[in-house]
Amino acid sequence: MEVKPGIQEVDPFPGTVHQTPGGGILLGKMDQVINWARSNSLWPLVFGTSCCAIEMMSAASAKYDWSRFGFEVARATPRQADVIIIAGTIVNKMAPVLKRLYDQMADPKYVVAMGACATSGGPFFYNTYSVVKGADHVIPVDVYIAGCPPRPEALIHALITLQEKIKSGMTREQIRMSAPAIQPDGQKRE
Amino acid sequence: MLTNEIVKQKLVEKFAEQVTNFGEPYGMLTFEAPKEMNLKVLNFLYDDERLKFRFLTDICAVHYPDQKGRELAVVYHLHNMQDNIRVRFKVFTDIEKPDVYTATGLFSAANWMERETYDFYGVKFTGHPNMKRILNVEEMNYFPLRKEYPLEDQARIDKDDEMFGRE
Repeated sequence: MEVKPGIQEVDPFPGTVHQTPGGGILLGKMDQVINWARSNSLWPLVFGTSCCAIEMMSAASAKYDWSRFGFEVARATPRQADVIIIAGTIVNKMAPVLKRLYDQMADPKYVVAMGACATSGGPFFYNTYSVVKGADHVIPVDVYIAGCPPRPEALIHALITLQEKIKSGMTREQIRMSAPAIQPDGQKRE
Repeated sequence: MLTNEIVKQKLVEKFAEQVTNFGEPYGMLTFEAPKEMNLKVLNFLYDDERLKFRFLTDICAVHYPDQKGRELAVVYHLHNMQDNIRVRFKVFTDIEKPDVYTATGLFSAANWMERETYDFYGVKFTGHPNMKRILNVEEMNYFPLRKEYPLEDQARIDKDDEMFGRE
């Protein structure tokens, strides 16, 4: 699946099989195997703040069935979840709650901003007294989905995009830790 | 069978000139009383053997910026479940001193409704057990549904009025 120009197709399975008498040995890079495993068991957090959550429920149920791609274990606690799908409007009062949920999730963790509200405030962008204009003001977002609300296909596409992203590289923490990197204050890491 | 006429008659019998501005928009009896009278009227509507308005459907407020001295209206919607008849009761208050007696002693449901009314219009309900914001963040220092905050920036040019059914 071509997600974005520049990100090339990753192998569906990491490594190669070396035939030996009586079976075979699988050789692969550990990072790739870990990324493959992570991307195929993304557990979403049960988190929906408005009508996008209805589409998310639809994507989870029989007709669209996101468990085909490894998202079936929706968790009701952030401590067991890998990905938070921000399905709906984030208001000022919800922002600290969202931040706390994100902080409670264990690394590696991923964020999908579903729909116009979570992306930019959407229909509440103008003349609002209560809406956060984009969930990325509160927590970092990996994948954005357009739509109001997006169809379940769009959500599944976004989750597959997230899988591709995980398979194709390092986590945010790994990128940050890979020296030499420029620190926010302009100094180089040891 | 309880009708609007009977309700009106009983109210006038009890409160005489204190209850005013009777009307029946869309068939629903609507009237007004001085804000100091609100609990007396609500209690009468609740306790009277014939009226029995014992369900509080909603409390809300309306802001009329042009009515000096009576800018804020607090509106009570009451329902008589037995005769299935509703009534709308308004009190008006000065926006400089928006104090209205709480109805929480009579209706437990008034608790959150009055907090919401305070949150959006700044009506202070005297005697309320927990008079603070309910929906907006507590740091908010204004009342967003008052008319000095227009629904929409009137200078916007990026919206085509025709698309919204406006000329």
